[in-house]
Amino acid sequence: MRPFEFERASDNQSAIATFNDLRSADIDAVNAQIQYLAGGTTLIDLMKLDVMKPTKVIDINALQQANGNIEFKNNGLRLGAMARMSQVADHADIQQNYPVIAQALRLAASAQIRNMAAIGGNVLQRTRCTYFRDTSYANCNKRAPGSGCAALEGVNRSHAVLGVSDQCIATYPGDFAQALMALDAQVELDGPRGKRTIPFASLHKKPDQTPNIETSLTPGELITAFNVAAAPYAKRSLFLKVRDRESYEFALASAAVALDLDNSNVRQARIALGGVATVPWRAKEAEAALAGNKIDDVTAKRAADAAFADAKPREHNAFKIELGKRTLTRALLQAAAMEVPT
Amino acid sequence: MNRAAPEPQANMGQPEPRLEARLKVTGEARYASDMPVHNPAFAFLVTSPIAKGAITGIDDKDARTVPGVLGIFTHENTAELKKLSWSQGGGGPTTSIQDLGPKIQHDGQIVAMTVADTFEAAREAAYKLKISYQEEIPSATFDSPGVTQTDAKKPTPKAGNAEAAFNDAPVKLEVAYSTPTQHHNPIELFTTTASWDGDQLTVYEPSQFMYGLKNKTAARLGIKPDKVHAVSPFVGGAFGSKSQQTPRTGLVALAARTLNRPVKLVPTRDQGFTIATYRAETRHAIKIGAAENGKIASFQHDGWEVTSRPDNYSVAGVEDSARMYGFGAVKTAVTTVHADRNTPGFMRSPPVVPYIYALESALDELAVKLKMDPIELRRVNDSNKDATGKEWSSRSLMKCYDQAAEAFGWSRRSAEPGSMRDGNWLIGWGCASAFYPTHIGAATARVKFNADGHARVEVAAHEIGTGVMTVVGQTAAERLGIPLDRVEVVVGDSNYPPVPVAGGSNQTASCCSVVMKACDAIMAKLGGANIKETVGSGPVKDVAASFSKLGVSTVEEYAEFVPDVVKPNAVTSLVDDPIKKLYEGSPSLGGGSHGEKLMYAMGAEFIEVRVHALTGEIRVPRIVGAFAAGRIMNTRTARSQYMGAMIWGVSSALHEATDIDKRNARYVNDNLADYMIPVNADIQQLEVILVPEQDNFINPVGVKGIGELGNVGTAAAVTNAVYHATGVRIRELPVRLEKLLTT
Ligand SMILES: Cc1cc2nc3c(=O)[nH]c(=O)nc-3n(C[C@H](O)[C@H](O)[C@H](O)COP(=O)(O)OP(=O)(O)OC[C@H]3O[C@@H](n4cnc5c(N)ncnc54)[C@H](O)[C@@H]3O)c2cc1C
Ligand code: SF4
Repeated sequence: MRPFEFERASDNQSAIATFNDLRSADIDAVNAQIQYLAGGTTLIDLMKLDVMKPTKVIDINALQQANGNIEFKNNGLRLGAMARMSQVADHADIQQNYPVIAQALRLAASAQIRNMAAIGGNVLQRTRCTYFRDTSYANCNKRAPGSGCAALEGVNRSHAVLGVSDQCIATYPGDFAQALMALDAQVELDGPRGKRTIPFASLHKKPDQTPNIETSLTPGELITAFNVAAAPYAKRSLFLKVRDRESYEFALASAAVALDLDNSNVRQARIALGGVATVPWRAKEAEAALAGNKIDDVTAKRAADAAFADAKPREHNAFKIELGKRTLTRALLQAAAMEVPT
Repeated sequence: MNRAAPEPQANMGQPEPRLEARLKVTGEARYASDMPVHNPAFAFLVTSPIAKGAITGIDDKDARTVPGVLGIFTHENTAELKKLSWSQGGGGPTTSIQDLGPKIQHDGQIVAMTVADTFEAAREAAYKLKISYQEEIPSATFDSPGVTQTDAKKPTPKAGNAEAAFNDAPVKLEVAYSTPTQHHNPIELFTTTASWDGDQLTVYEPSQFMYGLKNKTAARLGIKPDKVHAVSPFVGGAFGSKSQQTPRTGLVALAARTLNRPVKLVPTRDQGFTIATYRAETRHAIKIGAAENGKIASFQHDGWEVTSRPDNYSVAGVEDSARMYGFGAVKTAVTTVHADRNTPGFMRSPPVVPYIYALESALDELAVKLKMDPIELRRVNDSNKDATGKEWSSRSLMKCYDQAAEAFGWSRRSAEPGSMRDGNWLIGWGCASAFYPTHIGAATARVKFNADGHARVEVAAHEIGTGVMTVVGQTAAERLGIPLDRVEVVVGDSNYPPVPVAGGSNQTASCCSVVMKACDAIMAKLGGANIKETVGSGPVKDVAASFSKLGVSTVEEYAEFVPDVVKPNAVTSLVDDPIKKLYEGSPSLGGGSHGEKLMYAMGAEFIEVRVHALTGEIRVPRIVGAFAAGRIMNTRTARSQYMGAMIWGVSSALHEATDIDKRNARYVNDNLADYMIPVNADIQQLEVILVPEQDNFINPVGVKGIGELGNVGTAAAVTNAVYHATGVRIRELPVRLEKLLTT
């Protein structure tokens, strides 16, 4: 960790104001000089590893009061960005009505981290690519733009097969984002240029030629809330996470699935995949393959095949295609079999 | 019954709580880097990002501008450090690669150390130090271009004509296995604090060998050993990684002398992967020829192990694998493969973990081939002799199998792979044997017994978490006939009499044997035979009278104990006085297969795995292990050792592996997030059965080492269970779910 200035923001405006005189280079969030601090479980970790070297850190935890509420409205759910992961995971109404959200959060990280981390920070957590996290490796386009990518031909078992480019194959590591993706959430933002709301699906950016630019946030933009519309598929939803150990581990493959069934036929299916893609991944092809069908071994597998049609494997992660398909198949069968309270 | 404190059976001591238990759970226990020194400066290491090449330039201009920086040490100003000559074991250095450059011989080699008023300033200076390298293409591991092979030059048992017996056998098995690189990762990092008082140096460092630390630090600095005082009150995990001298110790001591100020170094977790030792990757080729009834006529085991360029380190566990059953004929060989890596070193049960994994996996494969129950296969090959005709001092293997099988419910197993199922989870049951050689070494101790019935035991032993203080205390209490709470035990200081390295699981046997000798000498002085009768049955009635008869208030005895297996003679082919060698920092350890008889502790481990039929996740809901290891000094600490070891065994099968980037011979997952180990949720039911065993041959206390027994064979039990669950035989560790997605 290197010396930095530390400030506590008392409200959204004072937090955002810090960014008013920003240079354009700060669009690159990894290397940005000013960083918001929520739970700090990503930021402080990466500062200790000398991957992130902000010169100024703005603590936004005092915004918990204003931005930390969980509200149910007749048209859906509003999750304040400063709500802690554990608050949302443990919320009985969310467990019942939006199980995929509660499950994705509950299966993430550890109890300690869930108590500390805010859901706004959560969706912005950074990749676990070991070459990104270890500065003794020179080649990482995400950390040092233009330096190359050590993972392409390196140890890449945990890397992505969907949404990859020839510049970066780093996996988006989080779980909660897949739930938001599947439920078509919206993100409320407040920033130096005012407030706006964007679809969650447009928050993260695929690496393409600029893996250092991870989101569509403009410098200083603060996530204030997530909105999830009430939808018929929300109750029949679940999160399945497949990993190397029982707890406290990132997904090798995960699936967030939400189904609206008409008897046993699919009216609408919502599917997002994790652990296999560079960004929270909406599997629209799989959704389309299911529409109108009954979910069984065959249709579930066909949908899974569709989801991975464009997958691009590397030396150690080719198994993720098969694993990802099986994970999705299992999740679909499980969701179809769910007892849903009316 | 309290599960943590099993009821002692025949030949077992009481489950006394650890003497230091309270200190540890309250956080009061002091580890080496907690020891207060006056006005310390703080050090930070810089390690090389290349595995092979040379330093071409060092630019320290920016680093020196960091406020508080006191010194920067590189190869340019540390030439006075003496090179220690490497030999495997013997309390020497971990590696021949000791210089800070300019030559770079492995990833993460120490190339510089910054020292500053604060840790933060030292770290910042380290970031700002610019070192340029000329890089060469390194060889990473097996099959990498540029590696060289040599003979391991280790004992490789041969008996009978194994090739002919193999050719003649009606049932033949030829299989290959491999195990990955693994790192010890003790939670306590590789810290060193050095403080000088004139020409007298005190080194605080977690150590498994106090007299090795003292002597080798002196040798590295070119000073007399009596100028070095080594202190290591508690060790926060070691597992072999703290048994030898790493290059850092001399460097920190030199910095402290140069700066005339105590210097404290706490390296980072990832530095720990390259500045100490590790378990190298191994490969195995096994050939077994057997009769239809399972009797093995021929066993052949070839091993390959990776080591560094300069050092011919190998664990060569064929010495064990070839002897564990009554094989008709055996033939073995071990080859070392030299790559651009740091030198490997001892890691919990060094030879037997990889080699017994291969043996016990092959036996399971043979049982499948023969359509035989795997326990029966072991019973058929159970024997009172090995292929060379050597007999066992005691062998309770099948007793362990019978008790563990009973507890596990083995009789309910249906043998067909994939035939046991719970919904979408495939259930597999597997078993394997654990073996560990019984070692003992020359040791010394001092015991003081006071007229008020209190005693103090001084031994330079190593409290690495095994409970050595407690069992030493129990020994003294028993021999002196006083309650345990009247015994004070002090360890971890080179001012106390030396004992061997805490390796090879010898510590309990060696320390308790010498402490027993010292106590018995005290009792003899205090009045001989009549007092001895009360030993073990409460306070000695006439202690006070005996003291007043002698006209003293304290009786003190210093004892030296030299077990037969290390006595200089024709059988051991040793010449030097083991006590003199011990004081000079080289321990003599003997036993296992090297004495007149085969001396081994044994066990049987049973594992249930569940494998998801679709997605292949592997979980271990149940573990049962039964172990026989001579006298058990303390059933609580023994259970704890076995429990931790079996968990590690599961870890070595399913989780642990250090990934190497083959392009540059560098470790990739060198941190505790990516180097996987089980978490609590991964370990559910675990049962330890202590099987009574008496062995009067091995040593005066009748103790076999147990610290390194429980993690042997576990990996084979897991892979055998995975085969039973899925029909997929995993021959390359670790088992990962992608290997099970084939079905
Ligand atoms: C050991 C470990 C295991 C983990 N396992 C998992 C897992 O299994 N699954 C999983 O999903 N996650 C896992 N995580 C990640 C963890 O969930 C995230 O680190 C955490 O959710 C981040 O939230 P935070 O509040 O701590 O973010 P911070 O670290 O405070 O912030 C993260 C980033 O977001 C920015 N930021 C924070 N809040 C806002 C805001 N409101 N608006 C704009 N920018 C903001 C910060 O500037 C920073 O760049 C793990 C983390 C660790 C350390
Ligand atoms: S995959 Fe992306 S994050 Fe990882 S090394 Fe390559 S560029 Fe960096």
